[in-house]
Amino acid sequence: MRVGVVKEAAVGEARVAATPATVGQLRKLGYDVVIDPGAGERAGFADETYAEAGAELGDALEADIVLGVDALAADQLDRLHAGATMVGILAPRIHPELVEDLAQRPITALALDAAPRISRAQSLDVLSSMANIAGYRAVVEAAHAFGRFFTGQVTAAGKVPPAKVLVCGAGVAGLAAIGTAVSLGAIVRATDPRPEVADQVRSLGGEYLSIEDPEAEVSATGYAKEMGEDYKAREVQLYAEQTQDVDIIITTALIPGRPAPRLITGDMVATMRRGSVIVDMAAANGGNVEGSVAGEVVVTDGGVTIIGYTDLAGRLPAQASQLYGTNLVNLMTLLTPGKDGQLVIDEDDVVQRSILVVRDGESRWPPPPVQVSAAPAPTADKPLPEPRPEKQPLTPTRRLVGALGVAVVLFVLLALSPEALTVHLTVFALAIVIGYYVIRNVHHALHTPLMSVTNAISGIIVVGALLQIGQRNTAITVVSFAAILLASINVFGGFAVTRRMLGMFARS
Amino acid sequence: MITVASAASAAYIVAALLFILALDGLSKHETAKVGNTYGIAGMTLALGATIALAIDRDIEGSGLALLVVAMVIGAAIGLWRARVVEMTGMPELIALLHSFVGLAAVLVGWNGYLSVEDDPHGAEAAHLDSLSTLGIHHAEVFIGVFVGAVTFTGSIIAFLKLSARMKSKPLVLPGKNLLNLGALVVFVGLTVWFVIQPQLWLLVVVTLLALALGLHLVASIGGGDMPVVVSMLNSYSGWAAAASGFLLENDLLIVTGALVGSSGAYLSYIMCQAMNRSFLSVIAGGFGIEAGPSAESDLGSHRETTVAEVADLLSAASSVVIAPGYGMAVAQAQYGVADLTRALRDKGVEVRFAIHPVAGRLPGHMNVLLAEAKVPYDIVLEMDEINDEFAATDVVLVIGANDTVNPAAAEDPGSPIAGMPVLRVWEAADVVVLKRSMASGYAGVPNPLFYRDNTGMLFGDAKDQVAAVIGGLR
Repeated sequence: MRVGVVKEAAVGEARVAATPATVGQLRKLGYDVVIDPGAGERAGFADETYAEAGAELGDALEADIVLGVDALAADQLDRLHAGATMVGILAPRIHPELVEDLAQRPITALALDAAPRISRAQSLDVLSSMANIAGYRAVVEAAHAFGRFFTGQVTAAGKVPPAKVLVCGAGVAGLAAIGTAVSLGAIVRATDPRPEVADQVRSLGGEYLSIEDPEAEVSATGYAKEMGEDYKAREVQLYAEQTQDVDIIITTALIPGRPAPRLITGDMVATMRRGSVIVDMAAANGGNVEGSVAGEVVVTDGGVTIIGYTDLAGRLPAQASQLYGTNLVNLMTLLTPGKDGQLVIDEDDVVQRSILVVRDGESRWPPPPVQVSAAPAPTADKPLPEPRPEKQPLTPTRRLVGALGVAVVLFVLLALSPEALTVHLTVFALAIVIGYYVIRNVHHALHTPLMSVTNAISGIIVVGALLQIGQRNTAITVVSFAAILLASINVFGGFAVTRRMLGMFARS
Repeated sequence: MITVASAASAAYIVAALLFILALDGLSKHETAKVGNTYGIAGMTLALGATIALAIDRDIEGSGLALLVVAMVIGAAIGLWRARVVEMTGMPELIALLHSFVGLAAVLVGWNGYLSVEDDPHGAEAAHLDSLSTLGIHHAEVFIGVFVGAVTFTGSIIAFLKLSARMKSKPLVLPGKNLLNLGALVVFVGLTVWFVIQPQLWLLVVVTLLALALGLHLVASIGGGDMPVVVSMLNSYSGWAAAASGFLLENDLLIVTGALVGSSGAYLSYIMCQAMNRSFLSVIAGGFGIEAGPSAESDLGSHRETTVAEVADLLSAASSVVIAPGYGMAVAQAQYGVADLTRALRDKGVEVRFAIHPVAGRLPGHMNVLLAEAKVPYDIVLEMDEINDEFAATDVVLVIGANDTVNPAAAEDPGSPIAGMPVLRVWEAADVVVLKRSMASGYAGVPNPLFYRDNTGMLFGDAKDQVAAVIGGLR
């Protein structure tokens, strides 16, 4: 089948659905790739590099499978032929009218951004890969607009304090922002209603500010939920305190299918220092910050810059295209089980079912809900096996008592045994101790040779049989014969095989 | 005045010291060969002295001839097996050799019965009676036969399991621990009876009981616990020899038996520690039976990689660690692995091996295999030496290992193998797992390592795949 890579219709869209590298990977799956001339131009990929990777320059909309970044424009959709499959970031939850429109057409539509948040689907989770880039870019935008260093310095020209950054929401974008801001040298704090992310924040060098909540919940969908009133009061207080202290705020709070929660009010913004910067990554969905405008940069009367760009990921077009292209390749790998260039959609697979919006002109939206486990699985309903009790190390007293006990038992046994035996028992006891101490230092690598040598040595039992054979008792002689034979195999075989093994150990 | 008897005693003491030196020598690579030579010298001395002693005791001419014949046949078989055995077959050979010691101990015990208990008015019985150790002798015969017989059948089962002539799955009889315990109780009871009234049928019963116990004991232990079993049987064979020593009043046998017995016991202890299990729980068997509570959980998807990708990864790496397991032995991949090691080292890549103490089916099994393939031993490191190095390693190649590299042991307190020390391979930048399929390891525990983002799975026969990777190196 032919895979087409379209030139994005939207004016501000610099990304492209395939890079020369992913074209090669698509071809390995058995597909022919056709690409609109100039499709990769704004992302920095020239037509020639696509051609070198084996793509054909032509009309991508005529292909059987059409890959795009955003949803195709209406005129582009009109040109798709019947039975074609289109893949892109369709945002079906936000744009039901698009789903309706697609369902009118004899095509199949896949929304990559609807992939469930389960481990198996991570490799095609475009929201994560884009959020990662957006989080990075948000910090870069903030740094650009901020009139100071991020890192603290002591210079001959005076001391510079480090910038303080507050990241609201520690999802993928938030974590990327935390990591980037930390690496620029800022002091980074982060908030998130999900207490389980605290470790992730700390692992990136941030400080987790907990909005203490007795009913803190582990979210079942992997996204944050809207919180109760009591919680909100504490949250407001926390943000009010923080806005007076920090220089940069990056907000990333999104709740799927709803307007973004309002975290920072106009009053809070007013308390920020002149020159501070806020990046509202949720501006497209209504904004976390009062006063932010989607796609615009606003400077308040108090001198605070509020950046509301909605295309943060697209502002790194080469990077975004590379990651998005790889997400698409992973999707195509999933959909091409035979690696033969034939697209197969398996609706029984929860991942494929979730991204399927329209199939052959029939709406499949919305998919059945998927229980995902972004957080550790709830432990309450599944009784964990009891952790084995830690072994208590013996206290010196206990050890002494134990040793004394063993000594007493031994004493009684030995005292009861006849004199003739005690000599042998002495030898026996000492030999055990020697054996233990000699072996203690053996190198792990020599365990096998050690075993074969001890094996050979324990063939010493032949001595017993040697003394029994030929002592005028036929039965004994016959039995001894067998014993000598067996033990001899051991003695000779054991030493010989040890020799052979040791001969092989060589130093480099 | 030196008599044959006093010379023999002297020789025995010297031989015992030589054996101690032999074990001591084997503790280091540099002295291992000398150690083996000490052992051979000690054995030669002991055998020479014993034969002299036998001649001094008026051995019959035919007896002497039989003695020589038996030793020659035994030596021939032993040397032949030692020469032809595959290094991957070492566990089987060692288990088989253990069984010989066990059987020999049984035979020596029976001989003890025939020469004393069966002949209550003979010279030896009279001699023991005069020392009032006749009752002790009864007990010694009994114990010697018991330990020997357990060693014998136990080793035979271990041999069958290791050579895949028998399924390595643990045999689970109802109340198996009670069976073992019951056999021990019966043994103690019979011993008392035999001491009071030495009768042939009692000896027959205890022999059969011990044979059955040995059989059941090892049959109920699974394949992955074999390192413990083999070293445990090693220990038993020592105790069997020591018991014969008491029986024959021979200090050399006692010393040697005790040396082997305690060294085997210590080895078993090390193996158990490496699996974070108590010795008793290994004997009680049943690893993997209660496993599986987390088996259904969604571990995500594994990423399959290709030979070319692995070759690229290795070519670009500056440090590589190879963690082999039993699968490498099964696939006979050690030569390929050694070639890969040489190829990478020639390119200036630092290659090291990480050996888990219970990798393989025999303590030190991997080391022997790698040595056979001429991998220098100074790049073969044990778990404690290498575990902190993984974080700074570019690529880890896991070949046929599973449970010994399972992160669940370190991270999931609910896992059946929780707390078992494992190789922390997942800390490396990239992990490539060579495996035949996604099947669980011996413990039946799913391995989250396979589903990690930095893990690539390379399926197929380890030998073929390693060869292909070498071919793909730039």
